Amino acid sequence: MDTNLRPVIAGFIPLLDSAVVVAAAEKGFAEQEGIALKLIRETSWANIRDRISVGHFDVAHMLAPMPIAASLNLTSLAVPMRAPMLLGLGGNAITVSTGLWSDMARAGADPFGDPASTGKALADVIAVRQEADAPLLHFGVVHPFSGHAYELRYWLAAAGIDPDRDVEITVLAPQVMADALKGGQLDGYCVGEPWNTAAVDAGTGRIATYKQAIWPDSPEKVLGVTEKWAHANPETLAALMRAFSAAADWCADLRNNAELADILSRPDILGCPAETCLAALSGQLRLGPNTKKSVPGFLSFASGVKAAPMPAHGKWFYRQMVRWGQAAHSEAALKDVEKVFAPEAYLSALGLEDVVTDVVIEMFDGEKF
Amino acid sequence: MSDELSILVIDDNKIRASIIEQGLRDAGHEKVILVDQMDWLVRQISEINPDVIVIDLENPNRDQLEHMFQVSRAVRRPIAMFVDKADSHSIEAAVDAGVSAYIVDGLKRERVKPILDMAISRFRAFSKLSEELEEVRTELADRKTIDRAKGILMRSKGLSEQEAYDLLRRTAMNQSRKIIEVAQSLVIASGLLGD
Repeated sequence: MDTNLRPVIAGFIPLLDSAVVVAAAEKGFAEQEGIALKLIRETSWANIRDRISVGHFDVAHMLAPMPIAASLNLTSLAVPMRAPMLLGLGGNAITVSTGLWSDMARAGADPFGDPASTGKALADVIAVRQEADAPLLHFGVVHPFSGHAYELRYWLAAAGIDPDRDVEITVLAPQVMADALKGGQLDGYCVGEPWNTAAVDAGTGRIATYKQAIWPDSPEKVLGVTEKWAHANPETLAALMRAFSAAADWCADLRNNAELADILSRPDILGCPAETCLAALSGQLRLGPNTKKSVPGFLSFASGVKAAPMPAHGKWFYRQMVRWGQAAHSEAALKDVEKVFAPEAYLSALGLEDVVTDVVIEMFDGEKF
Repeated sequence: MSDELSILVIDDNKIRASIIEQGLRDAGHEKVILVDQMDWLVRQISEINPDVIVIDLENPNRDQLEHMFQVSRAVRRPIAMFVDKADSHSIEAAVDAGVSAYIVDGLKRERVKPILDMAISRFRAFSKLSEELEEVRTELADRKTIDRAKGILMRSKGLSEQEAYDLLRRTAMNQSRKIIEVAQSLVIASGLLGD
């Protein structure tokens, strides 16, 4: 290896949307930008947070709300962080047990996953259960500060379901979700692929709706860096973002899908069958045993302008933290959040100009942020 | 007795867990509980009501555990990570060693710090010995490890070679593990505990 390369250590969680980080290291994009990218696989988001905080990692593949939670001192080992680039958009879905789905279907749930329709059907099912004094339905998410948690809560609340009173939400590791659904510990969950398809394939789950329908083209994973590292290494960070952007273009090219699936399936990366990765990369969802749906942009690897973090993205996550009692509202915190999700470093590294950065977010229920 | 700390050790590596337990007991802690699987963990924690929780960083259930500390009605007292946020040296040492600790809010730093320090040093010793054993394993055939384990059993339990081998085999079968794994565990434990 060229000794003139700048070493960068990146932590990642073995998920489909670690593809950009993995491809940057495996396909030479990092090296082309003068970086020797070393990847370290981790087993929990808590480890990612701890190890970037103590400096084991320079950068990490992170849940989009995590750098915000760290900057606002809402978690252990909190240090000010930045999310200078988005690594993946979409990719999540909400799966319910086949038993719950048949109740929802009888209540008129759209078989193709329209979130307003499936949410209303779930609300009707819950109302009937409450009259019968049936136990609360249990839902799983992978982390309290995650897109999954906020998407599930937004979908429930939009249908008039109180996520804290009408259901119970617990945290579980993604790879055990499908088993928990099968074993009856969970009635539903919101998780990234392939853990929704896994339940559909096993005949135990039915996809009710998905992230791309709830909030189209929304950030899921980000590049996470500490403020300290970003300030000390501006050139390395810029080069790294150029490498990730090029890797994202490569990942997004359908002609590379098979090779990408092969790389991701390796035992040292995801360690799952290549076909499982491939199915989710193509956006051809199987919502149920006989219901297929093509969802353009179901999971997209962000490059170009799409990878720029926008203050509106950060503020949406922060508003959900406030809405669900994880954070207190303050104008000072909003200003901090704007710094975490600031697009300038990325746009300047990529040489992108005249980009509109005051975007408006529109949710499936017509709410604008 | 009421001011005695109860300490929960969560580690699916049973050998390492027992090494930590031994260290805690040597330090005079009587209320030490080991948990090696996450099933029913919420219920177990609410029953044990621990003051200190020690968990290995390889455990994929840390996110679940932290969430539980934050919101669960089953956990009666607020639990925070580590002794003190300002104690960055301890935190770095712990993450380096591969261990994390959660502590009931309000406990005095002086009472908890020695527990964390002990966990850190035992985790380090365990990884050092694990690495050494890995080297040994690549140099020699598995056979030699089994021979060493047999020797330990013969010495400590006064068994014949055949009896020592049978015990290893039976233990492996009962635990659905390979003989070599049982032998490795025994060699590590014996090295740490001083056979």
